[in-house]
Amino acid sequence: MEEKNYKDINYNEVIVHVNDVSKAFGDLKVLQNVDLKLFNGENLVVLGRSGTGKSVLIKLISGLLKPDSGVINVLGEQVNQLNDKELRELRLKIGFSFQNSALYDSMTVRENLEFPLVRNKRNLTRAQINQEVEDVLDGVGLLRTINQMPSELSGGQRKRIGIARTLILRPDIMMYDEPTAGLDPLTCLDINSLINEVQERYKTSSIIITHDLACAKMVGDRVAMLLDGKFERVGKFSEIFDTEDERVKPFYDYNFIV
Amino acid sequence: MNSAKYKYLMTRKFETLLLEFANLHRFLMRFFREVVSPPFEIKEIIRQCYEIGWKSFPLISLTGFIVGFVFTKQSRPSLEEFGATSWLPALISIAIVRALAPLVTALIASGKVGSQIGAELSSMNVTEQIDAMEVSGTNPFKYLIVSRIIATTFMIPILCFYVAGIGLAGGYLSIISKDQLSVLSYITQVFEAIAPKDIFAMVFRSVAFGFTIGFVSTYVGYYSSKGTEGVGKAANSAVVASMFIVFIEELLIVQILALLG
Repeated sequence: MEEKNYKDINYNEVIVHVNDVSKAFGDLKVLQNVDLKLFNGENLVVLGRSGTGKSVLIKLISGLLKPDSGVINVLGEQVNQLNDKELRELRLKIGFSFQNSALYDSMTVRENLEFPLVRNKRNLTRAQINQEVEDVLDGVGLLRTINQMPSELSGGQRKRIGIARTLILRPDIMMYDEPTAGLDPLTCLDINSLINEVQERYKTSSIIITHDLACAKMVGDRVAMLLDGKFERVGKFSEIFDTEDERVKPFYDYNFIV
Repeated sequence: MNSAKYKYLMTRKFETLLLEFANLHRFLMRFFREVVSPPFEIKEIIRQCYEIGWKSFPLISLTGFIVGFVFTKQSRPSLEEFGATSWLPALISIAIVRALAPLVTALIASGKVGSQIGAELSSMNVTEQIDAMEVSGTNPFKYLIVSRIIATTFMIPILCFYVAGIGLAGGYLSIISKDQLSVLSYITQVFEAIAPKDIFAMVFRSVAFGFTIGFVSTYVGYYSSKGTEGVGKAANSAVVASMFIVFIEELLIVQILALLG
C-alpha cells in the first residue's frame, strides 16, 4: 500500500490549534498538556491505544466537552470562550462522524439527512432540500437507501450515511471517530476511499481517530501518535514508525503482522 | 465495618444526594430558560402531543371505563344498606372528579409515557444521537426535553377530562345494570354534585402531574448512564420516580385544598 501524497494542503494556514490542553475524568488524567495543529486541506490521523483519549480530543475540539486547561482554536475562534449560540454556529462548520454512526433510528435515511438541513438552512425550498439530500446520498453511493430505516442498513452503509449527514451542511472540518471500527477489510477500504474523496471533493480538513494502521496509511497526510496522554510522535506515516520505541513498534507489528 | 469507613460512605452518599439536587435544580432552571426563548419547536411539540396523548387513548379509555364501572359496583352495597342508592351518581362524580380521574390518568401515563420517554432518551444518549444533534447545530435540550415536558403538561389534563367522562359512563352502565335511570337524569345529578372548584382542582392536579411525569422521565433519560443497562434503569426509574412523586403531590394538594376550603 502506497503512502498518501495529497498536494492540496496549505501548511501555512492552521485550521485547528490545540494548545497545551489537559482533560481529566476524576482521577483519570486522559490528556496532559496536549499540542496539535491541523492545517488547511490535510487529513490528520490520530493514532493511539483504546482509552488514551483520542475521542475525547475531537469532542473537546467540537465543544462537546470542556478542557480543564489550555486553549482550543478552531477557524480562528477560541472554542472554550464561545457562548451557546456562537458554539452552535461554529459547529455548523464542523462535521462529526460518530463511531456508531449515531443515525436517528426513528427517522428514515432521507429524514436523517434532512434534519440538519431543515433546521439550519430555513430558507431552502422543498425541491432544494430534496436535491441536496439526493446529491449527497449519491456522493456516498447510497441513493437507493433513501427511504430505508437505519435498522435496515449494514454497518458500512450506516457509516456512509453518517458521513453523508455531516456533509450535507458543507463543513470546513471533518471529524471521523473510528470510521473503520467493526467493519470487514473490504468495507474499510471503501470507507477510507470515501474519506479521501471527501477531502478532494469538499476541500475539507479532517481529523481521523483510529487504531487501524491501514486506514492511517491510506487516508493520513500526517499521523499523530497519542501515547500516555501526549502526542509523542507527529509526522508522515513512515516517519512515525521509523523507531525502536517499544510503545510504538508493537502497534505497527500487530497491524501489519510482521 | 469500622466507624471511619461508615462515616466516609455516609459522607459520599450525602455528597451524591446534594449533587443530584444541584443537577435537578440546573435542569429545571434550564427548562424555564429554554421554554421562553425562541426558536420554538412547535412541530416537535405537536408530534409529541400526538405520541403522548393520542396514542394513550385506547389504554386510558379501557382503564377509565373499568375504574368507573368497578367503583360504582363496589360502592353500591354500602349505599344499599342505608337505602341511599339514589346517591350513587353524586358519589361517583365526586370521587371521579376530585380524585380518581387525575390519579388514574397520572398513574397510567407514568407507566406508558414515562417509560417510553425514559427509554427513548436514554437509548439516544447511549447511541450518541443526542451528541449528533448537538454537533449538527440543534439544541437537543429544546428539541427533546422542552417539547416532551410541554406535551405531557398539556396532554395529561386533556386525558384526565377524557378519563373523567369515560369513568362516569362506566359508572352509568354499572347503575343501569341494576336500576332504571335516564342518561339526562344521571348527567343532571352528576353536575349538581360537583362545584367549579372541583373542576379547577382536577385541572390543577393534572397539570402538576403532567409536568412531573414529563420532567422526571426526561431527566432520568437525559442523564442515564451509558450502556444497555442504563436504558433499562432509565425506563424503570422514570416510572417509579414519577409515580412516587405523583402520590406525594396528591397528598400535598389534598392538604392545601382542604386548607383553602
